Order: sequence, then C-alpha cells, then structure tokens
Amino acid sequence: MSELFKVSSNPHIRSKVATNGLMAAVIIALMPATGFGIYNFGPRALAVIAVTIASTILTEYFFGLYKGKLTVTDLSAVVTGLLLALNLPVTIPLWMAALGGVFAILVVKMLFGGLGQNFMNPALAARCFMLISFPTAMTAFECDAYTGATPLAALKAGEAVNVLDMVIGRTPGTIGETSVIAILAGACILILLGVIDIRIPGSYIVTFVLFAGIFGGHGFHPAYLAAQLSGGGLMLGAFFMATDYVTRPITIKGQYVYGIVLGLLTGIFRIFGPGAEGVSYAIILGNLLVPLIEKCTRPTAFGYQKGGRRLEK
Amino acid sequence: MNNAGERLYNGLVKENPTFVLMLGMCPTLAVTTSAMNGLGMGLTTMVVLALSNLIISLLRGIIPNRVRIPAFIVIIASFVTAVQLLLQAYIPALNKSLGVYIPLIVVNCIILGRAESYAYSNPAIPSLFDGIGMGLGFTFALTCIGAVRELLGAGEVFGFALMPDSFVPIRIFGQAPGAFFVLAALVALQNYVKDGRKKAGKSYEKIGSGCSEDCMNCSEKGCTKRFYDGDGTSKAAGPEKEER
Repeated sequence: MSELFKVSSNPHIRSKVATNGLMAAVIIALMPATGFGIYNFGPRALAVIAVTIASTILTEYFFGLYKGKLTVTDLSAVVTGLLLALNLPVTIPLWMAALGGVFAILVVKMLFGGLGQNFMNPALAARCFMLISFPTAMTAFECDAYTGATPLAALKAGEAVNVLDMVIGRTPGTIGETSVIAILAGACILILLGVIDIRIPGSYIVTFVLFAGIFGGHGFHPAYLAAQLSGGGLMLGAFFMATDYVTRPITIKGQYVYGIVLGLLTGIFRIFGPGAEGVSYAIILGNLLVPLIEKCTRPTAFGYQKGGRRLEK
Repeated sequence: MNNAGERLYNGLVKENPTFVLMLGMCPTLAVTTSAMNGLGMGLTTMVVLALSNLIISLLRGIIPNRVRIPAFIVIIASFVTAVQLLLQAYIPALNKSLGVYIPLIVVNCIILGRAESYAYSNPAIPSLFDGIGMGLGFTFALTCIGAVRELLGAGEVFGFALMPDSFVPIRIFGQAPGAFFVLAALVALQNYVKDGRKKAGKSYEKIGSGCSEDCMNCSEKGCTKRFYDGDGTSKAAGPEKEER
C-alpha cells in the first residue's frame, strides 16, 4: 500500500492495473459468446476466429517491427480480432476476414497512433468497411446449414419470431451476436471484475427500449421489445463495443449522454433505416461524437465556477 | 533560362497540385471512380488551366489590381463554358459521367491559384507552360487515383479486366471513402519516395529552380515560396483555399 503513494505532483493515486490485464479480462468475458458461436455454427466459426485474430496480431507485430516499438503484448490486437470475428457471418471467405483484421489494426488503429489514439472502435470500423465492400458476403447468414433472414429482418418484415430461440441463440446471425445468455454472462464477468460499469450499456439499452416502444409501431409490447433487444448485435455492441475505453467519453455525465445518443441512433437506424440492423453504424457514429460530448460535460474543477471562471473569495 | 521545362517539372513533380499542394480536392475525390474519368477530368482541367493562364498573363497589364479576381473568374468561366460545349458535342459520354464537375472547374482552386500566384506576375510563355505542367500533374494524379480505385473496386483499369475471375471487387473503393483511402496512400507513398531521395542527397526541391532557400537575395520571379515579388505586389505565400 505504502509504495503506491508517492510524494510528487498529482496524480497521487496510482493503480497497478495494466493494459494487458484489462484486455485479458475482456477476452475471458468474450469466451462464453465465442464458445456458443463455435457450438452453434460449427468448426468453420473457429477457423474464421483463428484467421481474424492471426491477421490482427500479425499486422500489429509487423507494424511494430517497422516502427521499432512492439505493442503486440498488450493483447489489444487479440481483443480487436476476436470482436471482429464475432461480428462476421460464419460463411465469410477467410481472405475477407483477414483483410478486415488488417484494416482494423493498420488503418483504424496504428495509422492514428496506436492503442489510445484510435478515434473509432477498430473492430466495428472494420466491420463497416467490410459491410460496404462485400455487401453480399457480409449478410449471408446461415444456421444449421439453413440460410435465412436474421430474426431482426423477419421482425422488420412483420413476421413472427421465436423470442426464446433468440435469447438462447439458435438463430442465424454473426458468430458472436446470437446468444443473449452467453453475452450477458460475459458482461457479468466484466462488471464484477470492475472492468466496465453499467452506465453506458444501461443508458443505451433503456433509451433504445423507449425509442422502440414509442416509434416501433407495436407500442410497449413485451414480445416485440424483447425481440428487438435480443436480436442483432445490440447486446454485444452495448456491453463490449460501446464500453471500449479508448472510444467512450471519460466523464461520467458524458457516458450517460453517449449511451443515450447510441440508443437514439440505433433506434433510428433500425426502425426508420432501410436495413434491419444499425448497431455498428450507431456506435462508430457515437465514437465520432465523443470529443464533443467530453467537451460539453467537462466537470468544473474545485474552486472554479461553471464556465471556467475562478470563484471570488 | 529554360523556364518552360522547369515549369512542366514543377507542375508534374515538385508542386504536384494534388499530391503536394493538396488543391482541387473536390473533383479529385468525387470523379476518380475510374481511370477514364480521372483522365478526362484532368485533361479538361488542363486545357482550361493552360488557356486561362495564357490570357491572364497577356492581360496582366490591363486588369486593374483591385478587380483582378472577378476578371480571372470571367476569363476562366468563358473557357469552361467553351470546353463544356465541346465535350457535349464530341465526347457526350465523358460529359455525362463527369456531370456537374465540369462547370465546377470554374471554382477549381488550382486554376484561380495559378492565375493569382503565377500568371498574373509572369510573362505569357512561362505562364502557358505553368498551366500545362500543373494540368499534367493534376491529370497524372487523378488518373493514378482513378486506376487504383477502378482496379480494387471493379477489377478493371480503363475498362480492361486485369484481375482473375475469382477476384471479388472491394466495393468501398468505388465509393467516397475509398477515394480518401487511395489519396492518402498515394500521398504517403510519394512522400516516402521523396524522403528517401532527400536522405540520399537528391532533393527534389533543389533540382531545376536552383533554389538556395535564400529568399532575401534571390530574384526568381513567381517562386511560390516567397511572400512577395520584387515589384511590391504582395501575395499569399500558402496555397489558395478550396473554393467550394
């Protein structure tokens, strides 16, 4: 304890938590969703995950060699690769998965200065890059060799969906997004370990539920809201992507604002947009608003008035 | 002094309007969906640039200093209109695919920038070659960007399929974000090459113009690095702002 206090200028409280510890926690928390994805979609899911992670790690390694600063041991490339793989359909050609990994690390993260400098979540930016580049391959969802619409698309088309299947995860979709139970189990691990807190996912989900209830056209019908919540990447996005340390606001008020913005954007994209899904676009757009949110919600320092003027005696 | 050759070199390499000066970004990003579009846009701009430079240079003793910008615009707009009518008559397909970006050449900042910073204070022949050099540099840059985007986004260059049949086009390169990626990559590549040359002692900056970076004792006219010319007409040192 005593060695944590240093007689020096602030900050006076220091923590021994390092990046690789946090990243390891996230990897462990993603294991239930990963495991369920492999169980649900078969061994090819494992191949997609392995290729994506290998491509992110190799990109980070070679860029580190070029720059003379190896950052691959902080495990952030593994998290990016795993998150990206969980956001891909199982049928994706492996070279596309590898290209996505290269894009995430090289273009979104390293060219902007590496971990901590990236202005967008690398995994989601890569997913959007692939969604625009390969629209057919990225939306070819299948489950048990049955190709079909995702539950969200069916819901948007006005068909009935089986909410229980969606909560368990026996539905078409990307590798890691289908099972709400597995994702929530991972999220509980993260919250119990103190890696994330409930502020962003909580405000995100509550805002989205209110939006869907008001504008969805079905009122606050429990089955409809449950289907909207457990369909698509909402849970994965809310707990694992929106809470990314680099691309979320650091102020507490700002985190609530950020969650609300994400909820509104997701609602707008899902209900008024042409597609059935909108979580990834909502989160990367939210990422872009983070500097503004932080600026507006900057807390007043002790001894200062609101607006930055010093208090008079 | 071999001004014509130096001007051509200046426009193509040393002060390439797209890769070095970063001027005219709007057509650069918007029309380079294919190599053919890039080439057409570049050549059209080159014609307007060379002719307007020539006329502005010839008229530089007549145009009053205070109304020079409107006068430049009138001259440039006349040439753009003439070129557009010619395109409509003889290459309607290109005119259609470039669309609104042809009339927008009027506000292309390369043209106004060269008129202001070179043609207005230099003789006619070097101004003409300055326009041709800058135009060729612009054409070269746009064709490169267009070729890379067409190759990755559609698997073709100038309409010829170059990729194997198994190639899946990366559609994003045909759209706006792809233009930014390709432009950034090409600028980075040419900076990398130039840096390598600089380290090897073959600096591009000092070839041709004989610049010793001693602006106080240098009398070269029209040098874009200088704040004002010898005759006292002040001018901006930096590149012009994008007009649109």
